[in-house]
Amino acid sequence: MASANKNRRVADRQGSQRGTDEPPLVRWVLISIAVAFAGVFLLLPLINVFAQALLKGWRFYWAALAHPDSLAAIQLTLLVAAITVPLNCVFGLAAAWAIAKFEFRGKSLLVTLIDLPFSVSPVVSGLMLVLLFGLQGFLGPWLAEHDLQIIFAVPGIVLATVFVTFPFVARELIPVMQAAGSEQEQAALTLGANGWQTFWHVTLPSVKWGLIYGVILCNARAMGEFGAVSVVSGHITGLTDTMPLRVDKLYHEYNGTAAFAVASLLALLALATLGVKTLLEWKAAREHALAQREPGPSA
Amino acid sequence: MAGEKRNVLPGFGLTMGYTLFYLSAIVLIPIAGLFLKACALSWADFVRLATTERALAAYRLTFGASFFAALSNAVFGSVLAWVLVRYRFPGRRLLDALVDFPFALPTAVAGLTLASLFAESGWLGRYLCPLGIRGAFTPLGVVIALTFVGLPFAVRTMQPVLENLEREMEEAAATLGSSRLRTFCTILAPTLLPTVLTGFALSFARAVGEYGSIVFISGNLPFRTEIAPYLIVIRLEEYDYQGAIALAVVLLVLSFILLGTINLLENWASRFQT
Repeated sequence: MASANKNRRVADRQGSQRGTDEPPLVRWVLISIAVAFAGVFLLLPLINVFAQALLKGWRFYWAALAHPDSLAAIQLTLLVAAITVPLNCVFGLAAAWAIAKFEFRGKSLLVTLIDLPFSVSPVVSGLMLVLLFGLQGFLGPWLAEHDLQIIFAVPGIVLATVFVTFPFVARELIPVMQAAGSEQEQAALTLGANGWQTFWHVTLPSVKWGLIYGVILCNARAMGEFGAVSVVSGHITGLTDTMPLRVDKLYHEYNGTAAFAVASLLALLALATLGVKTLLEWKAAREHALAQREPGPSA
Repeated sequence: MAGEKRNVLPGFGLTMGYTLFYLSAIVLIPIAGLFLKACALSWADFVRLATTERALAAYRLTFGASFFAALSNAVFGSVLAWVLVRYRFPGRRLLDALVDFPFALPTAVAGLTLASLFAESGWLGRYLCPLGIRGAFTPLGVVIALTFVGLPFAVRTMQPVLENLEREMEEAAATLGSSRLRTFCTILAPTLLPTVLTGFALSFARAVGEYGSIVFISGNLPFRTEIAPYLIVIRLEEYDYQGAIALAVVLLVLSFILLGTINLLENWASRFQT
C-alpha cells in the first residue's frame, strides 16, 4: 500500500500517467467539483453561523449568551446530556458484551432492534412518549393521580433524548469488541481474575477508543436533539427549553442574532466533536501501525 | 467453540437481561404503544385521517424532496468519496474531516444557518434570488436542507468500499488497451453501483424523518412547504391525537420498509466485495 503510494508519487512527479489514473483534466475537474460542493454545503454554513452570531459585535453576543433564559437553556442541555450519556453508555457496554462475546439465536434481530431508533423520525419518537405518559396516554391518569409530570417537564426531555441517542454507544462498541475477540479475557480468567476485574483491566482498555467515539457522538446528538425534545418539552421559557429549542424560540421572536449566538455554541460543540473524532482516528491508526510493527524483523 | 466460550466468560445472563430490559423499556414499549393506540382507530377512520389532502401534499413533499436530496447526495457524495480516496491534494484531510460536519451539527443549527444563507439578503441568496433560485421558504429549500443532513451517509458508505477496491481489474483493463472511460463504465460503475444505491437509500431514509433542519428553511406553508413530520406536530398542537397517530404510523411503517430495503442492499453490496 505504502509502496503503491510511493510509486504513484514518483509517477506524478515525472508527469507520466498510468492506465489506472484519470487524465489530469478529469482529475482537476473532479477535485474542483468536490471542493466547490463541500465549500458551499459544508464550510459556508459553518462560517455563516459565527458571522451571523457576531453581526452586532461581541458585546451583543455575550449579552445574548448571558441572558437568564439562555443560561437556563444551557444548564438544562448539560443536565440532559449528563443523564443520557451515562445511561446509554452502560447499556452500550452491556449490549456489546452480550453480543460480541457470546453466540445465541436471534443475534442479528437484536442488533437490528438496537438500531431501530435511528430509523424513527424524531417527531414520531416524541409522539410515542406523549402517548405513553401524556394526559391522554396509557399511564397519564396514574401519573396525574400521583402528581408526577413527565411530559412538558424535564423527565420527558430526558426520555426523548435517551430514545434518539439509544444506539450510538452500542453500535460503535459491538464491532470493536467483536474484533478484539475473547482470548485475552479467557487468559485473565484462567489466571484467576474474576469477571469484573477482567472487564475493567482487559476488556475496557482494549475497546477504549470505540467507547470514547461512541460517547462523543452520543453526547453531540444528546445536546443537539431538536425534533423529539420539541414535541415533549412544552416550550416553557427558562424551564423546559434546551439550547436548540432556545435557538428556535429566539428565531421566531425575530431575534436572529441572539439565535445565532446560542447556535454558535452548538456549532462549537460540533467542531469539538469532529476534532476529537479526528484525533481518535489518528491515535487508533498509530496504535494499529505500532501493533503491526511489533512482531519485529519477521514482518 | 461457542459452547466453550459460554463456559468460560461470565456475565451473559446479566448483560443480556439488562440489554433486553433496557431495549424494551426505552424502545419497544413506546413503539408498541403507538401501534396499540392506532389499533383503537377503525380502518376507515385511519385511512381518512392518514390521507387528507393536506397529508397527501405533505407526503409528496417529504418523499419528493428526500428523493432529490438522496439523488444529489449519491452523485456528489460519490465524487467526494472518489476524490478523497484516490487523489492527493492540499486540504484533503480538512475536506475529509468536514464531511462529518452535518452529522455532528445539531439539525436546528443547520436549518438556521442554511435559511440565512439562502434568504434574499444571505451570502448565497443575494446572488441566487435575482436568478430566480429561491432556497429559503420553498420546496427547493427542503431539498437543500435534506442534502446537507444526508451527505455524510452517502460519502461514508462509499469511502471504505473504494479504499478496499482491488486495482488489479482496472490495471488488467488498462493493459488490454481499455481507455479510462471504458474501464470506468464496464468495471468500476457496475462494481460500485450497489454501494451507491446503499448510500442513496441511507440518505433517503435519514431525510424522510428529518424535522429540525427543515422547519427553519421551509416556512412550513400548508400544501406547499409543509413536511409530514411537521404536520404531526401541528396535529398534536391541535390536540388531534388521532390525526397525529395516523400520520405517525404511516411514517413509521415506511421507515421500517426502508430499513428492510437498506439491509437487503447492504447484503447485495457486500457480495461484490472480497
